[in-house]
Amino acid sequence: MIPEISWTILLPTLLVTGTGFAVLLADLATTGPEKDGLGWIGIVGLVVTAIASAALWNTQASGFDGTIVLDRYALFFNVVFCLAAALTLLMSMDYLGTIGLRSGEYYAIVLFATAGMFLMAAANDLIVLFLGLETMSIAAYVLAGIWRPDLRSSEAAMKYFLLGAFATGFLLFGIAMLYGAFGTTTLTTITAEIGPSADLQRTLAFGGVALLIAGFGFKIAAVPFHAWAPDVYEGSPTSVTAFMAAGVKAAAFAAFVRIFMHTFAELAVDWRPVLALLAVVTMTVGNLAALKQTNIKRMLAYSSIAHAGYLLVGMVAADSLGGAAVLYYLLAYGLMNTGAFAVVIALGKRGEPNESLDDYDSVGLRHPALGLCMTVFMLSLAGIPALAGFTGKFYLFSAAVGQGYAWLAIIGVLNSVVSMYYYGGVLMRMFMAEDGKDVQGTTHRPYLTATLIVTTVGTVALGIFPSWAFELALGAFQSLG
Amino acid sequence: MVPATYFIALSVILFVIGAVGFLVRRNLIVMFMSIELMLNAANLAFVTFARQQLNLDGQVIVFFVMTVAAAEVAVGLAIIIALFRHRETLNADEVRMLRW
Repeated sequence: MIPEISWTILLPTLLVTGTGFAVLLADLATTGPEKDGLGWIGIVGLVVTAIASAALWNTQASGFDGTIVLDRYALFFNVVFCLAAALTLLMSMDYLGTIGLRSGEYYAIVLFATAGMFLMAAANDLIVLFLGLETMSIAAYVLAGIWRPDLRSSEAAMKYFLLGAFATGFLLFGIAMLYGAFGTTTLTTITAEIGPSADLQRTLAFGGVALLIAGFGFKIAAVPFHAWAPDVYEGSPTSVTAFMAAGVKAAAFAAFVRIFMHTFAELAVDWRPVLALLAVVTMTVGNLAALKQTNIKRMLAYSSIAHAGYLLVGMVAADSLGGAAVLYYLLAYGLMNTGAFAVVIALGKRGEPNESLDDYDSVGLRHPALGLCMTVFMLSLAGIPALAGFTGKFYLFSAAVGQGYAWLAIIGVLNSVVSMYYYGGVLMRMFMAEDGKDVQGTTHRPYLTATLIVTTVGTVALGIFPSWAFELALGAFQSLG
Repeated sequence: MVPATYFIALSVILFVIGAVGFLVRRNLIVMFMSIELMLNAANLAFVTFARQQLNLDGQVIVFFVMTVAAAEVAVGLAIIIALFRHRETLNADEVRMLRW
């Protein structure tokens, strides 16, 4: 029997994929600087997709024999992915010209990766999840290495590819073991069967869960599976790095949270201590390693590892407040982190990326607007009140406290204090240091300016009015059932 | 009939060989082959479970995995070639412009 094709459920994914193909076709008709216009096609497609997702907000449907679902959870993530991808495309339109990489396939591949993310968030079957993950990852490998004349980009792509594929191996073997334990890969059926399972089944299921944690640990860059992240973040073109941190990480969490906090909720007693340990190690190692970095992209990579740790704290809480906090934080993190990378792009010019921390000396004095944006992003990442990062951390840690994990929340807060040191260090350099070298700023780069405005306003707005976004996140998480 | 446990044991052994191979070998192509071995170990586990439980899902999944692996090979080899053009080496230890 062939399952019926449910077009509504696939609508967001189809829209993004269609936009990707439209970009590929339009690529044939354009040359040189005209290619920047391809980014517009992508952005329009993503905005339409986000609107379509918002319009479907009250839908709760599943199709293709229950393997793909369209619930608020998936739709919330669709909007997050659209935002991350659209901001990436927006800043790429200025950035790609700077590094001499005007290629249409760049925009198309970003869109195809986004389609993979949509499938990951909507997957109600481990194989659909696997296919979505690979669609996203393979596209991300290509993006990391798309700047071929640059040695660092090729090297980053190679490392990302090898370690990503290695992680895929673990994930797939984990799926195989779960299939062996439950005789199905559909999450809903697995949830129903977890309770009464016999002894052999439990052994297989635990093996599968352990391998899934390892596989997802790689994708979210949790310590000890984080070794790839600093190299890949540093070597990839900066816009791609921003996309990885905001989009790819959110997609990995989308699947991770759905499987663990919903499907395996019954096994929470078993996986909670493991994730709590991962969270502690990830936060601490990430923040301590970030302290001694001299390259801003590498520092932000370690900061991103630390943030994966904070997000794991929310997962350890294992209730709807924790889940909603993770969703909210991913949205906030996407905004503030993309903004920080946009500032990194703004400082660079052709042949002179200016990614060393020394290049940030006195930038804030010479480009006050840029300095202001960076202040917002750094303070938000550090978790200063009234900014999105603070409310996000507040939700995460209070969810952990509510579930009796106060010690975990305390470690999280201590880590935030450590992180102030290196985020503040960047600001000190920008405003206190004297005679640094002159950098470009955002002059004559309208798209970059637009990205900075959107991310700054978003970070501040989410911080001042957090409740509406948190309500949405809560509704999204509760739609899991 | 050979019991299913034997096949599962074989697939675990293959998986471990792949994982260890990835960690100890330094040639990029060999590391890549080790990953393929891990994926195929998973495939063997899928078919074994499918036969044991008399449902076809596992057999179908293998086709998906093979397709994905092929796509991964295409991208992976392209990346390795792009890197080789810069460095003229396939040794992972020599690829360390970014600290590994």
